[in-house]
Amino acid sequence: MASVALSEAEKVYIVHGVQEDLRVDGRGCEDYRCVEVETDVVSNTSGSARVKLGHTDILVGVKAEMGMPKLEQPNEGYLEFFVDCSANATPEFEGRGGDDLGTEIANTLYRIFNNKSSIDLKSLCINPREHCWVLYVDVLLLECGGNLFDAISIAVKAALFNTRIPRVRVLEDEEGSKDIELSDDPYDCIRLSVENVPCIVTLCKIGCRHVVDATLQEEACSLASLLVSVTSKGVVTCVRKVGKGSLDPESIFEMMETSKRVGKVLHTSLQSVLHKEESLGPKRQKVGFLG
Amino acid sequence: MAGLELLSDQGYRVDGRRAGELRKIQARMGVFAQADGSAYIEQGNTKALAVVYGPHEIRGSRARALPDRALVNCQYSSATFSTGERKRRPHGDRKSCEMGLQLRQTFEAAILTQLHPRSQIDIYVQVLQADGGTYAACVNAATLAVLDAGIPMRDFVCACSAGFVDGTALADLSHVEEAAGGPQLALALLPAAGQIALLEMDARLHEDHLERVLEAAAQAARDVHTLLDRVVRQHVREASILLGD
Repeated sequence: MASVALSEAEKVYIVHGVQEDLRVDGRGCEDYRCVEVETDVVSNTSGSARVKLGHTDILVGVKAEMGMPKLEQPNEGYLEFFVDCSANATPEFEGRGGDDLGTEIANTLYRIFNNKSSIDLKSLCINPREHCWVLYVDVLLLECGGNLFDAISIAVKAALFNTRIPRVRVLEDEEGSKDIELSDDPYDCIRLSVENVPCIVTLCKIGCRHVVDATLQEEACSLASLLVSVTSKGVVTCVRKVGKGSLDPESIFEMMETSKRVGKVLHTSLQSVLHKEESLGPKRQKVGFLG
Repeated sequence: MAGLELLSDQGYRVDGRRAGELRKIQARMGVFAQADGSAYIEQGNTKALAVVYGPHEIRGSRARALPDRALVNCQYSSATFSTGERKRRPHGDRKSCEMGLQLRQTFEAAILTQLHPRSQIDIYVQVLQADGGTYAACVNAATLAVLDAGIPMRDFVCACSAGFVDGTALADLSHVEEAAGGPQLALALLPAAGQIALLEMDARLHEDHLERVLEAAAQAARDVHTLLDRVVRQHVREASILLGD
C-alpha cells in the first residue's frame, strides 16, 4: 500500500483529534469524503465507472464475454475480478510491485461476491452446461489516497449497474445443434440488477475510536482495520480484519453496527446518483478525466 | 471486414476524415494531485494518461546512477479493457516493454538530463482505450506530464502516426486503418528545430513514397504541437488565476 511518512507529533495530533470526533479535514468519524462517480467512461467496454474519493482514483471496466459455465454451477455465469495497481499511483507499483496488493484486493472482491444473492448469476446463463456470460471486472487503481477497498467496491457496483450485455437467442435446428444469434439492434441488451451488490466499508481503529474513510495519514496512525461488506438492506456478506494490530471483541461488534449504519446511507446515495445520471439519457455530457 | 475501403473515391476515410486530417484532440494537465506531473489526452477514441515522478533519488541499485545526467525510466501499460479483445496482462509483455524502451529513447532526446545528475525521472503511461495511434497518444500525454512536473525539456515532443493507401499518405491512423495491414510510420518530432526523436516503420513501403509519408507525419506532428501549446498556455493561465497573479 502506498504509505506516507508521518512524524510522531502528527500521529499524536491525529489520534487526539479522533478522540474528540474531529478529523484533520473537519469531518466526523462517520463521514465520507466527497465522492464523484461517473459511468460509461470507456466506450469499448460493456460497462465502466470512474470513482474519485478524495485523492483515490479508481477506474473499473467490465467486459462481457461468452464462455463455458463452471462444472459445479452449470446453470450460471460467473464474474472474474482482476485488479491492476498501476505505477501511476506510486513508483513502488512499477513492474510487479503492485501485484501483491492487486491480488489481495481481487481476492477480497471474490469473497464479497461469493454468495447467492449479490448478483443474479442465473441471468447470465445462455445454454446450461454449454454457454454462459463471463463478466470480466477489471479494476485499475490510478491514484492511492487511502480507503482503497471502499472506493473499489463503489466503482464495481457502479460499473455493474452500467453494464449492458447483448441479448442473445439460442436457435436449435433439426439436427439438434444449437446456434447463438445476436440481436440485430445494438441497443437491445440485458441489464444487471445491482440491488444486492455489496459495498465495502472500512473502519480503521485509531486510538480507541474507529473512523470511516481514512486518508493515507490516518491509515498510518491506525494499527488495525475491519473491512465489512454490507448490502443496501444491511446484510453483511463478508468481514475481514486487516492490519498488524489486534482488535477487542466488543469493538468489533461496535464497528459492525457502525458499518451497517454507514453502509445503508452509502447505498442510498449511490443508487440515487446512479439513477439520476441514467435519467440524463445518452445525450449527457461525458466528462471523464477532462473535467 | 472484407472489402472495407480505407480511402473512398472522393478522398474520405472510414471515419469521414480527409487524408491529412487529425482526429479530435482534447487534453488536460494536472489530472492527479499526488504525482509530480500528470496529463490526460484523448485523440479520437484513443485515451492515454501519463504520470511523471521526479527528478528523485535513484530507486533500487545505486550502481545504475549516471554521474553526469538523470536516468529516464518509462513504463507503458495498457488497461486490460482497453482493446476490443480483453488483454490478459496490462504490462510485462514484450510489446509493452518495447514501447517503454521507445518512450525512454524519445524522452532522453528531449529532457535536459544534464541538469539532474545521479537522479531518476519516472514516466508512467497508461492507455485506457486503444483505437490506433497509441504510441503517439502516449508521447503527447507524456510531454504534457513532463511539462506539468516542471522538468526542463529542449522542446515539445509531438508524435503522430502515418500510413500509405492508394498512393495517398494518411495521417493519424485509427485502429481499423492499422489493422488493414498497410505500412505504418510512427514519428516523434521536436517541432521547433524539426528534429526527429523517434522514427519507426512497419511493413513494406517503396522508398519513393517514404518522403511523402514522412512529410504527412511531420505536418500532423506540427499540428499536434499547435494544440498542445494551446493546452499548456491555457493551463498556465488557469494556474496563475488561481494563484491570484
